[in-house]
Amino acid sequence: MCDQTFMAATFGPCDSCSKPSPLMNIYIKNEATNYCSLCVEMMACQGLQKGETLESLKRESETLKKKLEEERNKLNDVELHQVAEKVEVLSALSIKTRRVLKGHGNKVLCMDWCKDKRRMVSSSQDGKVIVWDAFTLNKEHGVPLPCTWVLACAYAPLRSLCLIMNGYLGLDNKCSVIPLSLDKNENLAAKKKSVAMHTNYVSGCSFTNSDMQLLTSSGDGTCALWDVESGQLLQSFHGHTADVLSLDLAPSETGNTFVSGGCDMKANVWDMRSGQNIQSFESHESDINCVKYYPSGDAFASASDDATCRFYDLRADREVAVYQKDSIIFGASTCDFSLSGRLLFAGYNDYTINVWDVLKGTRATILFGHENRVSRVRVSPDGTALGSASWDSTLRVSWSFSTGSNYIFRFIKLLFWVNSRLVLEFTVAF
Amino acid sequence: MHVSRLHCRVACLLQGRCVVLLHLPLSRSGFTSWIMAQTNSSGQGTNGVADESPNMIVYRKMEEVIARMQDEKNGIPIRTVKSFLTKIPSVFSGSEIVQWMMKNLDIEDQVEALHLGTLMAAHGYFFPISDHVLTLKDDGTFYRFQTPYFWPSNCWEPENTDYAVYLCKRTMQNKARLELADYEAESLARLQRAFARKWEFIFMQAEAQAKVDKKRDKIERKILDSQERAFWDVHRPVPGCVNTTEVDIKKSSRMKNPHKTRKSVYGLQNDIRTHSPTHTPAPEAKQPTEEELQEQVKLTNKPPILVLKNSLLGYTEQYLEYDPFLTPPDPSNPWISDDTTLWELEASKEPGQQRVKRWAFGIDEVLKDPVGREQFLKFLESEFSSENLRFWLAVQELKKRPIREVPTRVQEIWQEFLAPGAPSAINVDSKSYDKTTQNVKDPGRYAFEDAQEHIYKLMKSDSYSRFIRSSAYQELLQAKKKVTKSNKPQSLAKNI
Repeated sequence: MCDQTFMAATFGPCDSCSKPSPLMNIYIKNEATNYCSLCVEMMACQGLQKGETLESLKRESETLKKKLEEERNKLNDVELHQVAEKVEVLSALSIKTRRVLKGHGNKVLCMDWCKDKRRMVSSSQDGKVIVWDAFTLNKEHGVPLPCTWVLACAYAPLRSLCLIMNGYLGLDNKCSVIPLSLDKNENLAAKKKSVAMHTNYVSGCSFTNSDMQLLTSSGDGTCALWDVESGQLLQSFHGHTADVLSLDLAPSETGNTFVSGGCDMKANVWDMRSGQNIQSFESHESDINCVKYYPSGDAFASASDDATCRFYDLRADREVAVYQKDSIIFGASTCDFSLSGRLLFAGYNDYTINVWDVLKGTRATILFGHENRVSRVRVSPDGTALGSASWDSTLRVSWSFSTGSNYIFRFIKLLFWVNSRLVLEFTVAF
Repeated sequence: MHVSRLHCRVACLLQGRCVVLLHLPLSRSGFTSWIMAQTNSSGQGTNGVADESPNMIVYRKMEEVIARMQDEKNGIPIRTVKSFLTKIPSVFSGSEIVQWMMKNLDIEDQVEALHLGTLMAAHGYFFPISDHVLTLKDDGTFYRFQTPYFWPSNCWEPENTDYAVYLCKRTMQNKARLELADYEAESLARLQRAFARKWEFIFMQAEAQAKVDKKRDKIERKILDSQERAFWDVHRPVPGCVNTTEVDIKKSSRMKNPHKTRKSVYGLQNDIRTHSPTHTPAPEAKQPTEEELQEQVKLTNKPPILVLKNSLLGYTEQYLEYDPFLTPPDPSNPWISDDTTLWELEASKEPGQQRVKRWAFGIDEVLKDPVGREQFLKFLESEFSSENLRFWLAVQELKKRPIREVPTRVQEIWQEFLAPGAPSAINVDSKSYDKTTQNVKDPGRYAFEDAQEHIYKLMKSDSYSRFIRSSAYQELLQAKKKVTKSNKPQSLAKNI
């Protein structure tokens, strides 16, 4: 509905040749300028110094990268699971799927929890977005959309104004925001408002702790931060050399960073304020499908088509664990942490959800149930339940039935301690 | 055993030839796709279309497993089974696959082995000899390996005309085992309607095919028929079964234009490289300048990793009792008990003891929790130093505003906290102050970034630790203990 405001930012006279054309928003010494593609190319070629060719620059960057890798390896002292040897073993987890949400007519591609811990939103290839009360299994809203490729959806943080975002694949790669109201009869699709537009499909989206800003990742290799109200581009993030498939915002209040992963097998950490790529990790052997911050914000995990999940420590600036198994050969499509960060739930293309013990690097348990690829797993905001979306057109909610297993463990330890004391006293008595 | 292997190979060769026959006159695109499949399977086109397929990485892994399964020594023994008057050539049983997988693939659980086996069957690498539904059963059901020619890694995208020829051919062979299933008969009827004009041609093709088939050795034909059937079971699955050849739409868009230049509305450096005629995947997005790399190297000059990893352990340890997946929440997990008391408690203004305890973990915990923020503010007000927190919150809120409101809000914050003679002036070091003064002239969301960071550090090191030690906080912690204790019997009674 608000397309005009946005169009102004992408189409208009070029700042250099002043011909009206599609514009690239670029930054020259942190100053935003709008150039057409021809002028961008001209300018970039002028940027090369004498004697420099693309080849020589590539070579230089390779050697510098090698140096960096060497520096990183110098600090490579111990593996995470070695440090975690003394950590208590997780007692048998009992996680069961107890809710199946049916209603979509095609693959469910994305889901997100509402901050109220019980509602969720899901988007499907049947061109529908559904808002569920997962607790009562009620469908609260169904929003039909004109396009069948609704790749992603997200709930806005404020409950009063719940917003949904859609990524489209097709002619228009727009993200729209829909304000949700309590009135069920209202036509929500009519209130749709376009906020962001990319030159390729939009793969992921996230609100930045506020209903007013939206972060998107796209198949055009960029991420972008948008002002929801005006549709204005606030910041764009360049650095990936291929499609960006996923992004995740740092969990802390003060964190101004986010991480993104994509088809160039790289996971990049960005500063939202400056648009700078502050850290980059390259150890996956195939597309990174999902990235997710560790709840403390000091690390993040990634799920990839190479059938592994990896764990990166941001302060140590390196990969600290790989979660893999011989019997897992299908790609991991999505992952999320439990509240304490001890468990990593990862959805795979082999229809399963593997639950990894983050510290020990072993698999804690496996969840069967979905009948097609798992497209998304998300732990509810208070950590009580796990929601999963799948190509089998259902959503499922699972939770833990482990009743104080950790207490039992402590109790046994106590028993041992008491026993050993008894034995000691016994021998002394003799 | 050897004989059956040989059969297999011959079958593969023959099959190749007959498909040529099948494709050539029919459609051009069918032929080109066949050529493509051939060049790819010959191993030359490593960078070709085949490797661009998003499913390829999984196909390769499954093929590795299949190669191990077919190993002479350690693989699954293939045998010919006699039943009444006929022979069932080159088969093995479902339980043999499951056992082999558990022994060779590091799988402890039989259910998991069955699951993986079913997936491989659904991709058509081996198949039940008399069932259209491609699953693996852990019993005596007979299975057979698919010939590599029909593997999905050959990037088959068979056309409907091919399917029509295949179905049509089946109706010509008067054999019970080749009779069409209901869904296949329906497909045939539909295709006949769709290709009404071409149908004579398709019929002739099918006839020619059937003739070729008749000339073959009986056993060989049996194998071939089943392999061909399994191929179509993969590409035109029984209704209700998963079509495993589907790809992620995000990735399929990339596959269809493998050499498409990735242009971005805002991108710059990358584009130039992709425009060059000798396009190779660029190794780095942005040439990092020396400074940037120095910066990164500096980043690595940080405390030893052991310490950092311990901090990860510490975090997990600390939050273990707050993780409902590991510790049952108090009073109960709403999803199990159908009792939403937990959520009501979390939403209430009266924080439970567990929640209050959490505030002591770090200043971020207090700032994250609305009640925590309120209590912290109350404490600071009692100390007459609430302006720091109020400033911090105001700046935090500023960042969440729509861009339209930012300039006025920046001015308001400036007037309230920083301008000379401000009503609740905060103390900021001169460097941050100067920078902020500059920033306010060109107001943005991050105008107060330096000042805010300074205040945050100040609060963290000074007022926060006093808050945690304060009697106000301790009282809150103790009081809530009593409340929860007295509440417990009640909630228990409710559950009973």
